[in-house]
Amino acid sequence: MPITSENSPDGPVIRFENVHKRFGSLVVLNGLDLDVPADRTTVVIGPSGTGKSVLLKHIVGLLRPDSGKVYFHGQRIDNLPEKEFEPIRKRFGFLFQQSALFDSMDVGENIAFPLRQEGGFTELQITETIHEKLSIVGLAGSERKMPGDLSGGQRKRVALARAMSMNPEVLLYDEPTTGLDPIRSDVINELILKLQKQFKVTGIVVTHDMASAFKVADHIVMLLHGKIVYRGTADEIRNCPDPEVQRFIQGRASVAELDALDRL
Amino acid sequence: MEQNQTSRRRVTNPITGFLAVIGGWTVNAVQIMGDFGCFLFSIIYGIFTGLNRRTIRELFIQMYEMGTLSIPVVMLGGGFIGAVLAVEAYPQFKAIGAGNRVGSVIVISVVKQIGPVLTAVMLAGRLGGSMTAELGTMRVTEQIDALRVMAADPVRTLVVPRVLACIIMTPVLTVFSDSIGILGGWLICVGVEGVRNYPFWHYAQTGMDMFTVLVGLIKAFFFGLVISTIACYKGFRCGNGARGVGRACTEGFVAGFCVILLANFILAVMLNNIYIMLWPNQPSIL
Ligand SMILES: Nc1ncnc2c1ncn2[C@@H]1O[C@H](COP(=O)(O)OP(=O)(O)OP(=O)(O)O)[C@@H](O)[C@H]1O
Ligand SMILES: [Mg+2]
Repeated sequence: MPITSENSPDGPVIRFENVHKRFGSLVVLNGLDLDVPADRTTVVIGPSGTGKSVLLKHIVGLLRPDSGKVYFHGQRIDNLPEKEFEPIRKRFGFLFQQSALFDSMDVGENIAFPLRQEGGFTELQITETIHEKLSIVGLAGSERKMPGDLSGGQRKRVALARAMSMNPEVLLYDEPTTGLDPIRSDVINELILKLQKQFKVTGIVVTHDMASAFKVADHIVMLLHGKIVYRGTADEIRNCPDPEVQRFIQGRASVAELDALDRL
Repeated sequence: MEQNQTSRRRVTNPITGFLAVIGGWTVNAVQIMGDFGCFLFSIIYGIFTGLNRRTIRELFIQMYEMGTLSIPVVMLGGGFIGAVLAVEAYPQFKAIGAGNRVGSVIVISVVKQIGPVLTAVMLAGRLGGSMTAELGTMRVTEQIDALRVMAADPVRTLVVPRVLACIIMTPVLTVFSDSIGILGGWLICVGVEGVRNYPFWHYAQTGMDMFTVLVGLIKAFFFGLVISTIACYKGFRCGNGARGVGRACTEGFVAGFCVILLANFILAVMLNNIYIMLWPNQPSIL
């Protein structure tokens, strides 16, 4: 299993050390170790239900590990009380898998929410930010629409605009291209690339979309059975001999899975 | 499988099984009480430290939605209860030749007991249900997680304005319900039964004093607290999916309803004792 040692001099931005997490009897993370390098985009792949979203939620303290440690810039964060976590959360942008827009507010207010929460912005600055972020995701002019009136893909893009509104240093994307058409997906890929290249945003992208993964990834890690089973660059993973990894990136069903279908 | 069942049968002999069930309930109840206590504490802490422009704006929106929009239903309920009270009470009073005095019993029952309790129960259905459903849906759709990620404390942003609005508006609505309740009683006594206006209002007034009014409002205050905190708690702890939200609403209403009745009893006894302490020579008016 090749491990790239291409770490930035000041260490990983986020580090998981032997993290365990279970829900009742369901073991989701089982001794997970992961380093996320600064200013790079790390893509997390893995089958549905392995705990990719759970992994992201540990980074911002929405879930706490049962055991193990999580670090942010070398500071241990998994045991911080809720109040002390707030300044750290402000440095993150989080795109939820289900968008999680506030449905009592219109699109503009959703994007303005982090700014108003932080305080100290003029109304003009807020309006400009809303307009700018909405144009980036291709929804200029939708400020006054309500989230309930948008399609799933549109909601996702508004959620992305909201995640970006404070220009965070780390962006966590949970399936940013799911539910988007191929062209819009590509725009989002370019956006992730641009944020990383131009603004030095550290990104963690959870995705099932392998085209997107290969395009945006500096590193790809594969999560399986609660552990990182593979880690490498996009090229390394393409040429990885591990059959399990190959099957996943090429999207081939296993013999057992096909057998189950035969019984129909 | 079979072996498993026999071994289980051996463990659950009736007495230990019974004790185990009781023990399980107790542990569960203590856990929920503790959890609710922490929740209540964070709300109270939030009320005293967490008010800012956004929560105050939300407070006024909630006061309008909970309070102003509830006025018609609360008045309707109050009016009919006052009228029914008069229909039932007047013949009894007339039979002992005291038909003129019926006003006092109507006013006392409406202002001290029926008004606050009836209003609270109606609000538990109308507001409690919608609060639980709203917060529960927000939890299920990860909006509460989104608030936390954006460093906004969900208790301060969502719960504090709702609880404050409910505490403020329940007494106000009770006043509306009381007034229409008394008018309903008046309508039956004076309009239908032929009591004259002067004796009706005269005895109504002797039944009332500041303390009576205060008892009703203090009760309404606590009922508002009970309704909103239980409803918000249920919303925040609701299970997944549409079923989880639905169940949380039902449980929230049932729990709120029971606690309102319990609190009504405790408050009545307490306030009555205070009355006796303050005015020892007056007859008790429980
Ligand atoms: N709050 C929770 N309570 C109980 N179980 C949970 C909770 N969150 C996640 N799980 C369980 O943990 C497992 C992993 O969930 P997760 O959402 O991380 O999967 P995922 O890898 O993101 O899948 P997908 O690609 O389909 O989004 C699932 O089986 C899920 O049922
Ligand atoms: Mg997921």
